[in-house]
Amino acid sequence: MARKVLTLAEVRDGSLRNVSFEAIAAAKTIAEGGEVVSVLVGDQVQAHANELIFRGADRVVVVEHPNLKFYTSDGYSQALKAVIDKEQPEGIVFGHTALGKDLSPKLAIKLDAGLVSDVIAVEEAGGNIVFTRPIYSGKAFEKKIVTNGIIFATVRPNNIAPLERDESRSGSVEALAVEIKDLRAIVKEVVRKTAEGVDLTEAKVIVAGGRGVKSAEGFKPLQELAEVLGGAVGASRGACDAGYCDYSLQIGQTGKVVTPDLYIACGISGAIQHLAGMSNSKVIVAINKDPEANIFKVADYGIVGDLFEVVPLLTEEFKKLKVHS
Amino acid sequence: MNIFVLMKRTFDTEEKISIVNGKINEEGAEFIINPYDEYAIEEAIQVRDKHGGEVTVVTVGSEEAEKELRTALAMGCDKAVLINIDDDVEEQDQYTTAKVLAEYLKDKNPDLILAGNVAIDGGSGQVGPRVAELLGIPYVTTITKLDIADGGNVTVVRDVEGDEEIIETSLPLLVTAQQGLNEPRYPSLPGIMKAKKKPLDELELDDLDLDEEDVEAKTKTIEVFLPPKREAGKILQGEITDQVKELVQLLRSEAKVV
Repeated sequence: MARKVLTLAEVRDGSLRNVSFEAIAAAKTIAEGGEVVSVLVGDQVQAHANELIFRGADRVVVVEHPNLKFYTSDGYSQALKAVIDKEQPEGIVFGHTALGKDLSPKLAIKLDAGLVSDVIAVEEAGGNIVFTRPIYSGKAFEKKIVTNGIIFATVRPNNIAPLERDESRSGSVEALAVEIKDLRAIVKEVVRKTAEGVDLTEAKVIVAGGRGVKSAEGFKPLQELAEVLGGAVGASRGACDAGYCDYSLQIGQTGKVVTPDLYIACGISGAIQHLAGMSNSKVIVAINKDPEANIFKVADYGIVGDLFEVVPLLTEEFKKLKVHS
Repeated sequence: MNIFVLMKRTFDTEEKISIVNGKINEEGAEFIINPYDEYAIEEAIQVRDKHGGEVTVVTVGSEEAEKELRTALAMGCDKAVLINIDDDVEEQDQYTTAKVLAEYLKDKNPDLILAGNVAIDGGSGQVGPRVAELLGIPYVTTITKLDIADGGNVTVVRDVEGDEEIIETSLPLLVTAQQGLNEPRYPSLPGIMKAKKKPLDELELDDLDLDEEDVEAKTKTIEVFLPPKREAGKILQGEITDQVKELVQLLRSEAKVV
């Protein structure tokens, strides 16, 4: 059954987030041959429209307004609701990002709809669109279907493969004028605390440190390794509690849940709390002095040794690899 | 100030998880107040102590949730409400929970509603914003700081994937708590004694003027399963420098991730 499906594209630091492309791929599955329409919302974002077409969108609708410069649930829901009223889609896909998590429940109420959040896989099976999502902090999974109304889901970054980029694709880009007003919560200021560059939840490689890193200074070699690999730095709760790094880096049950291709755990014991946030990573490497550390039980590869010796050597080795390739 | 906290009783996900008859086995498992809701409870108590008023903690759940409600009362909440819809509604989802909560809250004139930003069991994070939208009030999610000025203007700091947004808004308001908002207190012994005498009301769907059809779930779980067990991998041997070389080779040719 062909469906028209909307996706919300997200722009961060002047470029489209990868999850926008992953949402398009998920939308294609839900659409079952129907049209996929990506929605770009913001202040001066139209330039990104063609990229969404190359990534699989059939059409792009752009809503631009000065009041959409910063995300607010009021502003964005007015924009999206206007597009939805016009397009009448049968499916909607957002990224399960800070923005998507905040906005989707509000829109679901406006549409009197259900919502399947934090989806890691989508398939057509037995006449249904079936979503898979983690529950119990990633220790179990559930398959879910929408039984009534619009099919609305948010997809976790880094889990659904985007479609191949194809510059020969073309599609229309339409602007929709929407009056954005009566914002009840205003963003006064954005304080940048994360490092420039790779977002933890979207990183393909994460180098994470635990108590074994011993100090804020001790994160330096981890940062160097992450840099060589084009990845991001994360931390265990232990490292955050000890004040070695900001809580924004925390991975675990409380904290971020990540699923990179490669997770390098340095000086992390592997408490259940931490494993809940990273054990679904594709490949896990553990570096720890203690051969009995729990982290080795989930690691694909382990090195028993001092991280301050191992990590710099690894950085050197990857640098050589880069020069060769 | 009229303050409400939306609380959920959750399975402690630090427990071992198993599946029996297609469902998560809850037999003998430890249940707790959802950790993010503890931040919401603590913040509600602090706001009341500063601005006056009353904190009511509300949950939608089974009668077992009375234990967690008593804990919230022991921490310092003034009243508790348990909305038990288990006998009335077979299929429940976030749509159901939000409808029930909003129906309860709609004539209570809340100034401030607090909730956790996500429950660690279901993990959807929908209920707070859904309730705010049903009540027609603004909301801010994943907050790490809350300042309420006399007169009702509110400044909130919000965690956005590690960055911070400073947001200005006003009461009535719903906020969802992120880690870092505060350090939740443990119930004191006098607190536990007092909690036994505090009011705990139990409501059912009928008491809310709702029919089963009004709150019927829009989604359905068709299967629950455990992830494939992760086998312990390869511990490398030999000189550290050789191990490092081998690791890079393995990541490249065997795991193919670099």
